[in-house]
Amino acid sequence: MALINPKKREVQVKIVYYGPGRGGKTTNLEYINRKFKKRILNEMVTVKTYGDRTLFFDFLPFDIGEIKGHSIKIQLYTVPGQVKYNATRRLVLRGVDGIVFVADSMDLRREMNIRSLQNLKENLESFNKNIFNIPLVMQYNKRDLSDEGIPILSVETLEKDLNSRLKAPCFSASAIRGDNVAATMKKVIALTVTSLRKKLE
Amino acid sequence: MEFTIDFTKEQIESIEEILQKELIDMGVQSVILMDLAGNVIVNLDSGETDHDVFSLAALAAGNYGAVSAMANIIGEQEFSLLFHKGEEESIHFSKVADDLLLLTIFNKNVSLGFLRLKVAEAVKRIKNVI
Repeated sequence: MALINPKKREVQVKIVYYGPGRGGKTTNLEYINRKFKKRILNEMVTVKTYGDRTLFFDFLPFDIGEIKGHSIKIQLYTVPGQVKYNATRRLVLRGVDGIVFVADSMDLRREMNIRSLQNLKENLESFNKNIFNIPLVMQYNKRDLSDEGIPILSVETLEKDLNSRLKAPCFSASAIRGDNVAATMKKVIALTVTSLRKKLE
Repeated sequence: MEFTIDFTKEQIESIEEILQKELIDMGVQSVILMDLAGNVIVNLDSGETDHDVFSLAALAAGNYGAVSAMANIIGEQEFSLLFHKGEEESIHFSKVADDLLLLTIFNKNVSLGFLRLKVAEAVKRIKNVI
């Protein structure tokens, strides 16, 4: 749950980028870090393995201004995507307010996407949260790969596999090029902040 | 397990007063009261430091969770002393309540024993406020 400090009139909102390993969660945050450098006061924190994979999480905090007299501090996190790091994923999900599910459009990763989304659902349940109620945005990443002739899943297939019941807002994106990275982030912030509005009144 | 911690303005002021008196006035550099989601609830410092407290809190929450999981693996509920010692500055972690953590950053002018005593006192007083 977002933390509201009534003395400083400040709200801290936690948004987690979830999805299968090597799907581009960290790349999303790296792009945001470059693109919005002026608004980001602190360095992005990453806890990586030697192989440059996210071991624990990436963390990027920034301010988005005021809503109803409260300054809003957004904290973006990623989780490690690899299956074996579930304990760490659960730690990062603690207190989450909004989620971006970064799906990998590569043909080969179809099964991985489905399993990761199922894993998200289960981990949320362990915190008594329902995937259908939490602010969630779908991002179909790596759309650029089709330009290189690499087989990718159609958006329709991804929608059917992942979003037929959730019906979350979705974006086709290329995190490496920056396509729709900001749009995804803006959408999840908007959904999350809207869900908090009642609490701020 | 999910939790919501809502503090009133008065509670935050009382906690700030406790932390100022028990820890900052005793020579501690910086204190952060945070939840295990990594949110900063109260942050005070002596004016000599300029740490990135939000990143610190995010990492501390993860670190605390990881250490607790390690404790469970070897059959412990938790480790009662969590402390990282640096050459100049050190960090001490103390659990205040189920989801609240007190992070204390201090330098070599403050002894660990004395700090633990003062932290225990502060934690006791904070528990009366929340």
